[in-house]
Amino acid sequence: MISPIRPKINLLSPELVTKIIDEAILLLEKVGVMVENEEARSLLALAGAKVNKDNQRVYFPDFLVEESLKKVPKVIYLYDRTGEKAFTLGGDEVHFNPGSAAITILDSETHSLRPAVTSDLVKLSQLTELLSHLDFQSTALVSSDVPQEMADSYRLYIALLFCSKPVVTGTFRVESFEIMKEMLVAMRGSQSLLKDKPLAIFDACPSPPLKWSDLTAQSLIDAARLGQPSELISMGLTGATSPVTITGTLVQHTAENLSGLVITQLAQPGAPVIFGGSPSSFDMREGTTPMGAIETMMIDLASAQIGKALGLPTHAYMGLSDSKIIDCQAGIESASGALLAALAGINVVSGPGMLAFESAQSLEKLLIDDSICGQALRLIEGITQRDEPMALFFFEDQSNWSNFLKHPHTKKWYRKEHKFFPLFDRATYEIWVASGRKDMAERAKEEVKRLLASSEPRFPAPDIAQELRKIMENEAKRYGLKSLPQLV
Amino acid sequence: MEKEKIYSLMSLAIIEGNQEEAIRLAEEALKLNLDPTEVIEKGYIPGIQKVGDLWEKGEYFLPELIASSEAMKAAMAILEPEIKKRDKGLKAKGKVVIGTVEGDIHDIGKNIVASMLQASGFEVHDLGADVKLEKFIDKAEEVGADIIGLSALLTTTMIGQKKLVEILKERQLRERYKVIVGGAPVTAEWAKSIGADGYAENAVTAVHLVKELLGQSKGR
Repeated sequence: MISPIRPKINLLSPELVTKIIDEAILLLEKVGVMVENEEARSLLALAGAKVNKDNQRVYFPDFLVEESLKKVPKVIYLYDRTGEKAFTLGGDEVHFNPGSAAITILDSETHSLRPAVTSDLVKLSQLTELLSHLDFQSTALVSSDVPQEMADSYRLYIALLFCSKPVVTGTFRVESFEIMKEMLVAMRGSQSLLKDKPLAIFDACPSPPLKWSDLTAQSLIDAARLGQPSELISMGLTGATSPVTITGTLVQHTAENLSGLVITQLAQPGAPVIFGGSPSSFDMREGTTPMGAIETMMIDLASAQIGKALGLPTHAYMGLSDSKIIDCQAGIESASGALLAALAGINVVSGPGMLAFESAQSLEKLLIDDSICGQALRLIEGITQRDEPMALFFFEDQSNWSNFLKHPHTKKWYRKEHKFFPLFDRATYEIWVASGRKDMAERAKEEVKRLLASSEPRFPAPDIAQELRKIMENEAKRYGLKSLPQLV
Repeated sequence: MEKEKIYSLMSLAIIEGNQEEAIRLAEEALKLNLDPTEVIEKGYIPGIQKVGDLWEKGEYFLPELIASSEAMKAAMAILEPEIKKRDKGLKAKGKVVIGTVEGDIHDIGKNIVASMLQASGFEVHDLGADVKLEKFIDKAEEVGADIIGLSALLTTTMIGQKKLVEILKERQLRERYKVIVGGAPVTAEWAKSIGADGYAENAVTAVHLVKELLGQSKGR
């Protein structure tokens, strides 16, 4: 039997990958990065970086980057709420999760984007729990019905209550990390258990070009010490906040991510780090950041290739769309992104459900995208030789010739070879007409309703849920909210 | 060289975003002792107007728009001192104070608008990004502005645009200034709801809007 090959896409030659990394390291050494966080600056100075006190610019010597790369783990294991199910981040493993952190939701009744509220967050978490091709959840929506000061920790609270999957999250304010940490520790039972079995990924975005803000650098330090992976989200916009050429943007992207990586390793040697990003091809007409542009995806794919060459787990924002409704564009962009991300072997793919750049989420689109992700995952399983010989035995018996359907060989293999995605319309025209001429968005709307109505929320153990609630109620009081919004 | 010929070359330099050529022609005009006010109005302004047209037709994209307004500004920088010297005073078409509101560090869109307004002959005071609301008003008072332009790229900072209108009312200055708003999440509806005077979705329409508000447009 011949073992299957894993279909794989590469956009950069190995020589170009090396060249980009070398130039990024040179950029860090010659031009440096602005680090607005004092602790990060002193860690860097202590490790031998030159720091300009007047403008907070830090010049990274090449040995510092190389040493940090040696310390950082090549593979990360992330665990679900129970601590039993592990997910590997490394190699060409692919895990999809809803794109974060949208501020609006596509209202399926009015077909308009509106600010998200608690009930939307609850539904999205519940739905993510049920979707089998999304390995992780994310704090995908920002709720508008709580004070802004607690918007980041509140979305984690809802996520932890309603979904058992590992969670991709992040802070909006330095102070919030402590609250989020308390909740994660409560979930696991202790800080050392949380360190052994990470539950959350913390996104940290440098500000292009070449800057780590106080907030994001602090997040790198805090997450490193808590043993939770930091996802480095460099996000240059070609021709707006980074060079217009794809390779130019990649050099900046790599330099920004590497500087973040060094900070994590100085805060806690061996801290888990994911090489990710949300770069984009800047639209020179609208002045927007199209995530569905093919060039955006090319930058993402190349970034992942660079991350892999550095021996790091990888991430990208793919499988999302700039469309404002669930239409043809939404399908095209999300499917191309998900397929390409899978073919590139990107470990954490954030995007499903997202619309309107990275500003909106949709329950219906999340459901559709789950089917897209399923097909992308099927694609990368590749083609397997199932038996030896492969067909000869079948035809040697004449009676089989017209009996494919009832042959045991069919029943044995059809589910392994062919996956089913009932949201996709594969009925005859007559049946489609008879069932009400519904398009995919309408079918998704009905299915979301059915799924949410027919399943009970999977809460954590009552004492844990109680503790999470207590933590959140304290926060609410601190910011002048008398009681938390109703959950359902 | 004939005046008409040099004017059309100036216009072309702006259309092509050729900064060097725009500067060279401005210097040549001064050598030829041409009236700098007329040079701007008949040579350069038609160029930038054509750039606006090309943008609206969808032929020009942001890099062309920026290159042209930079060329325009470079030429103006050569001609303006000469105008002042002659003390004829090229009257700016109007004064605009512009910036991105506090809490918001995005300034790409605002920069493009500021650049186009300046290139179109307005006196622009760009306060940068993350600007305290009071500072907009103080600056406007200081320079005697006609227009205050507020950019916001975040839904959380948009509220600053509303606050500014309120502060103007409190300080009884609302009638003194036209307030215009822009930024990705901003809409005409929002502008209306907060009592702003106008909204433009891109830099070229922002120029039209400012002209309209100052009664300089013949209607579009």
